[in-house]
Amino acid sequence: MINELFPNVKWDRMWEATGETLYMTGISVLATFILGILLGLLLFLTSKGNIWENGFINKIISAFVNIFRSIPFIILIVLLIPFTKLILDTMIGENAALPALIVGAAPFYARMVEIGLREIDKGVIEAAKSMGAKTSTIIFKVLLPESMPALVSGITVTAIALVGYTAMAGVIGAGGLGNLAYLEGFQRSRGDVTLMATIVILVIVFILQFIGDFITNKLDKR
Amino acid sequence: MPFCLSAERHFYFQETSRTVPRIVNENELGAKDKFSKIAIAYNSGQIDEDNRKYARGEQHLISIENVKKIYSSIRGKVTAVDDVSIEINEGEIFGVIGYSGAGKSTLIRMLNGLELPTEGTVTVAGRQVSSIRGNELRKARQEISMIFQHFNLLWSRTVRENIAFPLEIAGIPKGQRQKRVAELIKLVGLDGREDAYPSQLSGGQKQRVGIARALANNPKVLLCDEATSALDPQTTDSILDLLVDINKRLGLTIVLITHEMHVIRKICHRVAVMEDGRVVETGPVLEVFKNPQQQITKRFVQQVTEPEETKETIEHLIEQYPQGTVVQLGFVGESAEQPIITNLIRKFDVTVNILQGKISQTQNGSYGTLFIHLDGNGTEVSNAIEFIRAQQVGVEVIKND
Repeated sequence: MINELFPNVKWDRMWEATGETLYMTGISVLATFILGILLGLLLFLTSKGNIWENGFINKIISAFVNIFRSIPFIILIVLLIPFTKLILDTMIGENAALPALIVGAAPFYARMVEIGLREIDKGVIEAAKSMGAKTSTIIFKVLLPESMPALVSGITVTAIALVGYTAMAGVIGAGGLGNLAYLEGFQRSRGDVTLMATIVILVIVFILQFIGDFITNKLDKR
Repeated sequence: MPFCLSAERHFYFQETSRTVPRIVNENELGAKDKFSKIAIAYNSGQIDEDNRKYARGEQHLISIENVKKIYSSIRGKVTAVDDVSIEINEGEIFGVIGYSGAGKSTLIRMLNGLELPTEGTVTVAGRQVSSIRGNELRKARQEISMIFQHFNLLWSRTVRENIAFPLEIAGIPKGQRQKRVAELIKLVGLDGREDAYPSQLSGGQKQRVGIARALANNPKVLLCDEATSALDPQTTDSILDLLVDINKRLGLTIVLITHEMHVIRKICHRVAVMEDGRVVETGPVLEVFKNPQQQITKRFVQQVTEPEETKETIEHLIEQYPQGTVVQLGFVGESAEQPIITNLIRKFDVTVNILQGKISQTQNGSYGTLFIHLDGNGTEVSNAIEFIRAQQVGVEVIKND
């Protein structure tokens, strides 16, 4: 039945491509999460009225984040080719897509982290200070736990965007479902392959959203 | 009709004279000893010269000297606190009252270094809070804890974990931490709610968590930043009772800021009145109630002694009884407990009609007002008024026909 509907789909290729997509998404989400929180924390802490208030550093990070967030992803990949070649010695394959994915997504996520941190009641930070807390204690025991639901829902949105980015990266040679849909489906006029790749991507997105919502709800005690 | 003031209390003063139920069980009275033991364990170690001076009683627990705080903004300079000097003794409950914008919030934040004075010095328990920084300031803050109007609890932590937070900051090992948290939960009467999250608690319960958290590291001073302003009147009273209880049992010095005279009346020993960044009046609460000097103080005192409806009632009664004299009596301390009306009727040929009365308890005695209507022979009435005056009772004739 399925084979009749999708006559041209080679299932082993489809599985392989799904694995590649999941690999690229997984690694880049992990790196984006860490890098984005670091950048977001810096943005928040150096902003006006906060612990490390510093207009100069804040403006520099802010400019960096805004620039990389504004470059269309497909162009960013091309721009980063020399950088990718330098650190990975190749520009083909799943790993070659990672630098562009991370550089594209981390600034996006950093802004979401900053918004999440801003939503924390200033009074709670003041209370921690009044108890004699160090800055590191405030970061790890107040700022991060108190903004965790926002951090998780933010990384969910970012992860879904990253699935889309991997597909774009696939078109220019990074492998994965995007690559499969483009080369095997579009280039060879096999619509069923494109459709099947799309369905698999949709399933991945739905699962990501479900997991993200579940964790956010579990964490949110407000 | 023979009226006796002390008998009348049952009727008129039921609300204020009833005994407030204790919040904490009697069998926990031994808790203080436990605390002091832990306090010794925590605090043994560095005692610097300032601390020794303070220990010898040569310094007040808190001294604020000629403190000024100026905020500079684009629109110019704003003086939030203007040349304030206050000294607060150990074991005292000291209240600062003022309307919003009077600078009381800035003042209390200078006591734990959340705000730094532009000029002047702040010394708490032998440490000059206004000049220390970094680690020393953080150590000092563990001895000067604070509770807040909006509680400022971590919503991601349970009651137990919230109370444990300052202990984590102080680096107390886990085992001791759990023991101390259990003690504190009992002390503030939150048994059974240990594993609830702040969102599952009522306002009063949240403030109890705030108080437990503030007491965790055996502080020398508790700062209360409008701690009851977000609570309903009944909950306010139960939190105030808890603060008095803590003050008595642990000998903890409490500094509070508020805009409600009710709070000052109920728990403070001394009060400072702030207006436009300055302290305009200061003294023992009963003195201030008895004899308010400044206009603003009079207004605050009226908040508790003369409810809004009094004026209307008196006006109504003056219309109803066109003959005779309406007199306002003011009782302070001892005189509030004498059967003055009984004596008045026995000694003079006058008719006494009690119109309205209220007695307020303060930490250093009671203060009350009573409105009576006197009727009779002109000389008898004026003799009666003289008699009341001789009893050291304030007399003010409202209307004399």
